[in-house]
Order: sequence, then C-alpha cells, then structure tokens
Amino acid sequence: MQQLFYFIRKFRYFLLFLLLEIIALTLTIQNHSYQQSKFINSANFISGGIYNKVSSITDFFNLKSENRLLAEENNRLKNWIEKNKPKDLNQVVTHIDSGNYIQKYKYITAKIINNNYTKRNNFLTLNKGTKENLKIDLGVINSKGVVGVVKNVSTNFATVLSILNSNSKINVRLKKSFHFGTLVWDGKNYNIAQITDIPRQAVVKIGDTIITGGKSAIFPEGINVGVVKNLKFENNQYKEINITLFNDMSALSYVQVIINYQKNEQKGLEQYNLDE
Amino acid sequence: MNKVVFNNMVRFILLVLFQVLVFNHINLFGYINPFIYISWVFLFPVRKSKSLLLLTSFFLGILIDVFSDSGGIHTAAILFIAYFRLPVLKMVMGKSDFDYVLFNLKNLTLNKLLLFITILTLLDTFMVFLLDYFSLSDIGAIFSNTILTSIFTILISFFGILLFTKKHK
Repeated sequence: MQQLFYFIRKFRYFLLFLLLEIIALTLTIQNHSYQQSKFINSANFISGGIYNKVSSITDFFNLKSENRLLAEENNRLKNWIEKNKPKDLNQVVTHIDSGNYIQKYKYITAKIINNNYTKRNNFLTLNKGTKENLKIDLGVINSKGVVGVVKNVSTNFATVLSILNSNSKINVRLKKSFHFGTLVWDGKNYNIAQITDIPRQAVVKIGDTIITGGKSAIFPEGINVGVVKNLKFENNQYKEINITLFNDMSALSYVQVIINYQKNEQKGLEQYNLDE
Repeated sequence: MNKVVFNNMVRFILLVLFQVLVFNHINLFGYINPFIYISWVFLFPVRKSKSLLLLTSFFLGILIDVFSDSGGIHTAAILFIAYFRLPVLKMVMGKSDFDYVLFNLKNLTLNKLLLFITILTLLDTFMVFLLDYFSLSDIGAIFSNTILTSIFTILISFFGILLFTKKHK
C-alpha cells in the first residue's frame, strides 16, 4: 500500500497528464462517431450566446447578399406558379377538402450564428433549439440547396453537422434518372463534394444535376445539391464523381430546418422490417 | 488577489475570445487559421506548479473545443505541449537546470525564443490535424496543413510575445 502511494506521488504529474489526455482523446473519438458529444458542443448558452451577440453585429454586413438571395428565391417561386397556372382561371373551383391534404413537412427559419468550412469536420451553430421544436436528425437547407443535419440541441441553440464533414452521408440521386448515391466530402475544397455508391449502370455525364433522393426521412426529395464537375469511370464502375455545390458554404446566413411529420411512421416501419 | 494570478486570468479569457471570434475566421489563402491560444503554454509562469499548467491548459482546450465543435482535439494537443514544455525549454536553453524563480521568457535570446515556440507549435498543430483527419490516408493533407498553420501561428505568437510582454528587470 505504501509503495502504491509512493508510486502515485512520484509520478503524479505524469498520471495527471495521462488522465486528462485520456479524457481529451475520448471526447475526440466520440466526436468522430456518428453521435456528437453531449457536452462538448457549441449549442450551450455560453458559446451560443456569445456567437449570437457577435452575429447580430456582423449580420449587418451581409444584408445586401441576403436580400439578393431572397429576391432570387421569390423570382423562382413566382415563375413556378406561372408555369403551373391553369389556362382558364374561371374553370377553377376553389374547393378545399382537408381530407385530401396531409402536411408532411414543416419548415422553420433559423439563422446560422457560427459557420465553419475550412476544417476537415465542420459544424455550424443555429440560433434556435428545443424551444422552437428542433430535434436531433432534422434536415437543414437554404434556398440554394442542402446545408446539413441537426446534431445537437439545447434550449435556445442547435449544432448542425455540415455536409462538409467526414461523418456526413446524405442520400442523393440524379435528377434525370432514379439512380441513388451518397454525398460525401473529401476535405479538400469547400465548393466541391463527392458522390459514392452510384450503380455502374447509371449514366452520369458532366453537367448533370444532383438532387436529394428522399429515401431517408430527413430530407424531402428534390432539393438541389450540385452539378457534376468531373468523373472517373474505371473497370466498369464509377471511381470518383466530383460535384460543384450550388450552395456557397462560406456565406450561409438564414436557413430552413425541416420537420418531417411522418418520420416516426417511416422509421418504425423500416425498423419492423429489420427486426423480422 | 495576486497580480500574477489576475494577469493570467485576463490572458486566459482574452486568448479564448480572440481565438474563437477572430482567429478562427481569418481563413488566410482560403483555409489557414492560426492557433494563438497555445501562447498560454508559452507564457505560463515557470515557477508555478506544473500540475496547474496542465489543469489550466485542459480547461483552455475544452473551451476552444466547445466553441469550435471539435470534440477534444485542441484539448489533447495543448495538454501534450503543456507536458513537454519544460523538457523542450531545457533542451533549447542547453542546460539541465536553471533558475525557476527568476526565469522569464523575455530573457531568452530571440533565436532561442523562436526555436522554443517553433518546436511546441509544430507539435501542437500536428496533433490537431492528425486527430481532425483521423486517417493515415490523408497524411499529405495533415502535413501541409501542419506546416502552413504553424508558420502563421509562430509569426503571430512570436511577435505577439515580443510586443505584449514586459522585460523582466
């Protein structure tokens, strides 16, 4: 016993270092797994509060580009309405039968108060949390395309796993055909992401548009992702497909968080299949 | 409250705030951000207890990690250099024992100060990028990021220390 005390006293500095280092490495490994650490994330009131304060000042400088984005989105939506108008307005009978409508998705506006895009594993911080019904695993988009998936929530803030993260895997497909793939990021350029798992019979050409696949319960189908930039086809399969993202990940401000009302139903059914 | 303790507390808070609010968003050449928070290890008084350096470095690292959502990457790296500070300092000074009580970083010659900062910065940044990429297939990116970030960090912390610390009489 005495020898043990002697040992501890002799190496107490090294043992303290070892203990703290093990805590740090555990936190690191936790962060590399799918689920982010519960405590070490910026969705707490201190860091969230500070980021919120700073962003309320720096927001002022982005007003111009933010207004342009809004105008562009309005323009796109107005054009969409014009395209889908019936020929003769008099023939339209307004008749709403609520039994015919089911709201599947709900969008919540939030603001990104801390944006990272230069690291290998990037996270964003949002200014809304459980107070506004945000939960883990909700999709985050903006008018141009996919941004990421909510990873951690506190009362007033949330962190988002950016698509620029090695853990981010989002189901996507070609707009022209129903061949699905997975969106990943190799960490090199924040404007360029990669697609893997595309079946070899799919015909992919440079300039093809990539949209979300809607297979997972997180994103609705058809949200813009990017355009195929270049690709390598070797040994009868796609080695590498680089896509240019529609979104400029370095300049994000207001985003929409998507709540899927049928998520539990879909997940439950899929789980039921797996259990059988 | 002791003046040294007060100075160090102010430095602790300023380093965290400057790191997360200013230096994490510099993005020089698109992606380089210096890690100025490691100046904490350079500037921490040598005559204070070594365990206190480890504990304060741990909390500094945790704070940086909380703000930048990086798990325990910065904590692991700063702990590493906090542990190896004294051996590196002894190696740089070229003698095995020195006066702990009167030691001051500003009394080092500029060459030795630069060497001391360079060794610790390289260690820290290498640890950070190794843990961030977490795969050996990205070893090229790890090394290039380490070198570029280190150069930027060394320049800023070297001139920062020259400008903002007083010479010991």
